[in-house]
This record gives sequence, structure tokens and C-alpha cells, in this order.
Amino acid sequence: MGMTVTEKILAAHADKKSVEPGEIIEARIDLALANDITAPLSLEEFEKVGAKGVFDPEKVVFVLDHFTPNKDILSAGNCKKIREFSKQYGITHCYEGGNCGIEHVLLPEEGLVVAGDLVIGADSHTCTYGALGAFSTGMGSTDVTYGMVTGHIWLKVPESIKFHCTGTWQKWATGKDLVLYIIGMIGVDGALYAAMEFDGEAISALSMDSRFAIANMAIEAGAKNGIFKVDDKTIAYMKERQKKPYTIYESDPDARYQHIHEINVSTIGLKVACPSLPSNVKDAVELKGIDIDQVVIGSCTNGRIEDFEMAAGILKGKKVASSTRTIIIPATPKIYKEALMRGYFEIFLDAGCIISPPTCGPCLGGHMGILAKGERAVATTNRNFIGRMGHPESEVYLAGPAVAAATAIKGSIAHPEEVL
Amino acid sequence: MKLTGRVWKFGDNIDTDIIIPAQYLANTDPKVLGSHCMEPLSPGFHEKVKPGDIIVAGYNFGCGSSREHAPIAISALGIPLIIAKTFARIFYRNAFNKGLALLEADIMDHIEEGDEIEIDLASGLIKCHKIEKQAKPIPPFMVELIDAGGLINYLKKQLEA
Repeated sequence: MGMTVTEKILAAHADKKSVEPGEIIEARIDLALANDITAPLSLEEFEKVGAKGVFDPEKVVFVLDHFTPNKDILSAGNCKKIREFSKQYGITHCYEGGNCGIEHVLLPEEGLVVAGDLVIGADSHTCTYGALGAFSTGMGSTDVTYGMVTGHIWLKVPESIKFHCTGTWQKWATGKDLVLYIIGMIGVDGALYAAMEFDGEAISALSMDSRFAIANMAIEAGAKNGIFKVDDKTIAYMKERQKKPYTIYESDPDARYQHIHEINVSTIGLKVACPSLPSNVKDAVELKGIDIDQVVIGSCTNGRIEDFEMAAGILKGKKVASSTRTIIIPATPKIYKEALMRGYFEIFLDAGCIISPPTCGPCLGGHMGILAKGERAVATTNRNFIGRMGHPESEVYLAGPAVAAATAIKGSIAHPEEVL
Repeated sequence: MKLTGRVWKFGDNIDTDIIIPAQYLANTDPKVLGSHCMEPLSPGFHEKVKPGDIIVAGYNFGCGSSREHAPIAISALGIPLIIAKTFARIFYRNAFNKGLALLEADIMDHIEEGDEIEIDLASGLIKCHKIEKQAKPIPPFMVELIDAGGLINYLKKQLEA
């Protein structure tokens, strides 16, 4: 019996020839990640353990991206604690200030994750790195403490579900539309505990930015990880950035899948997930006329250069509706600079957008764009749960950058064709 | 170990933003987190709930973020156990790591809020005046972790060895 790519990476990190779904393994980790919300709890556990240090200071990463630039005194205190811990234990990859970006965009960009890696992170969207052909999964702070100290973690080998995607992409559609379509189809627990594997010609046609957006939202279907086949685009992406060698694992032709979904992307238009679950997915054109108070373009899902390229293309020479605050959040300093150099900032500023420093801020209702009671947002983020972006009676509609930009101009949910 | 408690019912897909909204996450004090537990769905939940009460829910309890503040907030209210049809996987790990017991059983549709239920944690047998249900057994590895006193104690023992 063959193995899936997920099984192969897990087997290699557990020094086993093969593993099977359901098996519990103790696996080596290549990186342990925590952020300014989850690291404080990890450090409290670290103290309780009484460990002398971390297993490898180069393989522990802190990204202070959620409530930064520090939103209040408590957040500032948390960041200070993490900074001091990093100094004490020689952790060089502690990002805050001008080198800091949204963790799941920053780590691949910095070359800290490559194909074949096993990464755990105290953040549910750690599954993003599957776009590189790595196994990565979100955990809690205590699990990450265990990983930080020992360099190992216990894992249950997941079942794999394959999404074989063929056909040609519609104009404006991106990875976000595909992942929303899939979550709408299988539900928010449709891949519970499982690995979601994506392949096919339609996936090969996608940019890395779009693949990251898909892997990022695997957790929104309950998955343990999302994973992609390594191809020329992956290798080109890594070669520009990698700080360590990569290993390519591929699923065997006779690998076992819990289910194989055949998806023709030609039928997938621009999608929107309506409140209050990422699975409540409709076509953007069905939602015309819903007034929107705030648009957010950013996050670990859609804060990459491709997203701003698309938004700038739609917003060029236009004004956002006076009733719609439009917040642009480049996910990292490099993306920020690239958007600036390409002239997108001028387009955004002329259109009346707000440009934010890199932060997770509004996505989780932290800061930098909170919704009042009764307000509605269209966001390129990943969750639209009750109260996610602010007041429990506010609402979030999830979409890709094209619908978000068009909505900003119209002031109500719109397809780009309506504003161009 | 036997538990008896009064039931609080919640639906499907109770996410971590409901269990503890992100605006409170800069705080790690269990008391503070507990005082905002379930706030978006049930404001004042922390005043209504009594230590020993039990949460019963539907599918995919704890979906969403990896925040360990979620099981901490629930435990801070003295809730020792959640019984749901299924749990989201990160929440499942976090709860056991923080000493909050979870049982998978389909009792949601067979009981009312406020019902008293009795649970034998070792066998997973759940009794209420209306029904008797067997929960899915806790995986042996999780039992090992619980017996060791949670993941951190398990790790401490490893480091001492």
C-alpha cells in the first residue's frame, strides 16, 4: 500500500518506514512557532516545566503580530515578556517592529519553512505552509511548549482527503474562491482531523499566493493540515528565499484516501461566505445590495502581493464609497514595500483607503478596525464567526480581493464587473 | 471517577470566538477569562453557571483558533467536563492538556438544559433520568497523558528521568 505525502513526511520525522492513519507517533519538529497571544501561555508552561532551554534556538520562532503595534498595556507587557525570553534563551527569530509581519506570510517569505518540513505553531492557521509541500499544523500553547523543549511532538496520523482540481479558472477567481467553494461543499467539519491534499491541472495553474490562501483555510474545514504537490513554482519560490535545504515528498499512485473529490474550477465564480460560518457560501452575485460599512483587504489568507495587485487593478481611478471604510493591510514589510514600489499605495490613497501596518488586528476583532453593533464588513480574512471582528451583533462576509475591492467602491456587496 | 452535574446546552460549531472573544486574549488570568466565557452567545454565563456544571453540545465544539484561553476560561468556571457529538481537533488537544475532560457522545438531543446527569469518566457511561448513553472511549494515549497529570507533568517526568 502506498503512502500519501502527509504520511511520508510524518513517517520520515518519526524515523519510520511507513505510518498509517490513526497511528500515534512521536515526531521530530523542524520549527515551533508562537505569537504574541499564544506565546505568553507557552512561556508560563515553560516555567512550570523548569527546562534549561529550548531544543534549538534557531528552530523556535516568535512573531508578535496579533495585537501589535501594541494595542494596550497588557499587550505591550506580553510582547516585552516574549522579547526578554528570546534574549535569555538566544532565540534569534523573534519578530516585532519593522521586521515583523503576519506570521504565516512572514515565515515562508523569510525562507524559514521549506518543503518536507514538519512545523507546529500555536496558531490555527499554521496549516498555511502546506502550500510549500510541508506538513504544518496548529496546536495550543502547551503543545508548543512541549515542542520547544523537546524538539518532538505527539501526532495522530490523519486520514487524507484528496481534492483533484481540473478545468480553467474564471476571470477574477483565485484560490480563495476555490477554498470557500470547498468549505461550502464539505462543511466546517468536513475534513475534521484529516489532511486535505490538493492537486490537478487547476492547482498547477495557481500562483503560490493563491495556494497559500487555500492551505491557510484548511482549518476552516476542520482539517489538521492542507498540502500541495511541489512543482516548479514551489521550487522557484523556495530558491529565492530558503535558508535550508528542502525535501520533496510525493503521494504514491496507490496511496489511500478517505475520499477523492473531483472539482472542475471552470464552474467556480466569485464566492462569499456569509455570516456566521465559513461554510455559509454563496455566489457574490446573489448578494447584491447588502450594504457594507467596512472592507478589509489583508490577513494571513489574502494579504499578499497578488491580492493587492488585484485590488489596485479594480480601485485604480475610482473612489471607495463614503459609507465604507476600506482598510488595506499588507501582511509583511516586504509586501508593503513592493506594493508601494508598484504604485498601489497611490491608487489606494487616491481611492480613499486606509493603509495599515502589517498586523492581524481586525481579523480577530483585536484592533485597527473593530465593528460596532449592527455594522457589516466584507473581509478577505478567514473567519466570520459571531462577533469575530467586533460587536456580537456585527457581521463579517468573507471574500477574495476582487469582491472586496468592488464592494468598497459600490458600498454594498458587488462583483468587479459592476464597477468596471 | 464519577461526576454529577447540571447541564448547559450549546449548539453545533461553538467556536473559540464565542468561548472567549479575542478582545480578552491579552489577559492570561483564568478568572478574567472565565468572566467572559461564552459572552457573545450567553452574556453573564459566568454568573449563571456553578462549579460542577457540565456543558453539552453538538458537532465540532471548539472550532476556530488555537487559543488555549478557551479551555482555561471554561475550567475557570469550575466546569469539569464537556460532552459533545464531536470536537474540533486543536480544542481537543488543548482541553486534555489543560485538564478539562471531554467525552464524545450524542446526548444533545435527548436532554434538556438544567437536567442533572451522572457520568462515569472511566467507563464513559452517561446517565440521566431519561437516557443512558455510552460515550466513545478516550483514546489510550490521551488516558496515558491524563494519568501522568497532563502534558506538562508528562514532560517534567521525562526531563527528570
